[in-house]
Amino acid sequence: MPIYSEKVMDHFMNPRNVGEIEDADGIGEVGNPVCGDMMTFYIKVDDNHLSDVKFKTFGCGAAIAVSSIVSEMARGKTLEEARKITPALVAEGLEGLPKNKYHCSNLGAQALNKAIDDYLKKQGKELKSKKRRKDEKE
Amino acid sequence: MRKVYLDNAATTLILPEVLEAMLPYLKDAYGNPQSLHDWGDEAREAIEEARGKVAALIGTQPEEIIFTSSGTESNNFAIKGLATAQQAKGKHIVVSAIEHFSVLHSARTLQKWGFEITQVPVDRHGLVDPDEVARSLRKDTVLVSVMHANSEVGTIQPIGEIAGLVKETGAIFHTDAVAAAGTIPVDVRELELDALSLAGNQFYGPKGVGALWLKRGVRIIPFLDGGVQEGGRRAGTENVPAIVGLGKAAELAKAEMESRMDHLLTLRDRLMEGLLSRIEHVVLTGHPTQRLPGNASFCVQFIEGEAMLMLLNQRGIAVSSGSACTSRALKASHVLTAMGIPPEVAQGSLLFSFGWENTEEDVDYVLEALPPIVDRLRQMSPLYAKFLKAQKGGK
Repeated sequence: MPIYSEKVMDHFMNPRNVGEIEDADGIGEVGNPVCGDMMTFYIKVDDNHLSDVKFKTFGCGAAIAVSSIVSEMARGKTLEEARKITPALVAEGLEGLPKNKYHCSNLGAQALNKAIDDYLKKQGKELKSKKRRKDEKE
Repeated sequence: MRKVYLDNAATTLILPEVLEAMLPYLKDAYGNPQSLHDWGDEAREAIEEARGKVAALIGTQPEEIIFTSSGTESNNFAIKGLATAQQAKGKHIVVSAIEHFSVLHSARTLQKWGFEITQVPVDRHGLVDPDEVARSLRKDTVLVSVMHANSEVGTIQPIGEIAGLVKETGAIFHTDAVAAAGTIPVDVRELELDALSLAGNQFYGPKGVGALWLKRGVRIIPFLDGGVQEGGRRAGTENVPAIVGLGKAAELAKAEMESRMDHLLTLRDRLMEGLLSRIEHVVLTGHPTQRLPGNASFCVQFIEGEAMLMLLNQRGIAVSSGSACTSRALKASHVLTAMGIPPEVAQGSLLFSFGWENTEEDVDYVLEALPPIVDRLRQMSPLYAKFLKAQKGGK
């Protein structure tokens, strides 16, 4: 068994926020099964805050623990604050990760960021289309 | 909590009789076998007796057994020592793609020393095609090494047939029988081999001891230079207690082989049938019938091996996996890859390897513990979600 901290074991054994959000405002998918790990993050945004964060992960114990703690860290934060969840902070939150599992913490932070990007992109499109409709009316 | 050890491919336990046989040589009988007095004589007699037992296990003469520190040492010794001893004749060697790293990496070292290596592929069951080996043989081929049985997927190779084809060309044939010797019948004369590696901790002997069998007359360049131990072919003071343990383990393996095999087969088949019928989307890896009696290996789709290992460990069950995440190098098992198993499927690799101490209750315990673990991880898996959606869409 790899040597994992108690915190990693806790998040692996009792992962928080597992699941999908049907009407998610943003979805971020990183990694691919070929290289080993794959994470999908779903976010719900209310008033610039992450009101809900859920994930699904295909991967090892570290990958699952990372997803769980990232979801926990991100919940309730503003988009700007959530962007500041770095791989180093994730690893720190898990009381350390074995060296060869450090890349899992990158994936977690990336997946969350991608979900936020997706949300902003959709927002941008919505704003544009609203504007277009407004322009058309005028 | 119930404890179920199903990682006998990594190492078996040490049988009480084996430990009992070893103990005197860790206590009062501490002499150096090379010494010319009673202490030395006692130790020398003990290792010679062990040599006889190891020879009997594989159907050969005691003089042809060289004790080593492990299967890895035996393989390194064979590949490098046999190839370099023959290099005046040629510098080409042939190995299979699913060899243990102690063979593959030794071949890689030979490559650095100017040898050419051909790797013969395996089919989806992990079988080497003897004709493929025959086609790879050249005038300058001096050594061919194909493993007897693969510990990761259990497949047993048609070693006799391959050895016969190699013999026609005059090249030396070595087999890594670490997973086979002591577990299934192996007779080096019947198979017409030239060299064979085995290891004690694969059949209830101690760790840190192995043997290389070399047919009389086959030349090898020693690895360890020094004294005259092992006929001058492997210097260094003998590990007397471990060698005695290996000898005892070999004696017991020969005597009990049939009953042990029957027992392992019962457990293996119970697990294979139970698991394949209880859990969907599981594939058996390795050959369905031509496989080691104690080996049941699978790939569980849509989830990853290390996560399964951790959850099984929580239930007191010890197994292993060839997934990328369980390897330090983060690469999927080269054996599964060589068999053409896609990387995402190989990620779900799970290997159960039985020992004589396991029971049918152990199998039933695993069959009860594993399905909820698979379910739990699949509920978390985006791959499984995608699969379910695609299935729904297809209907």
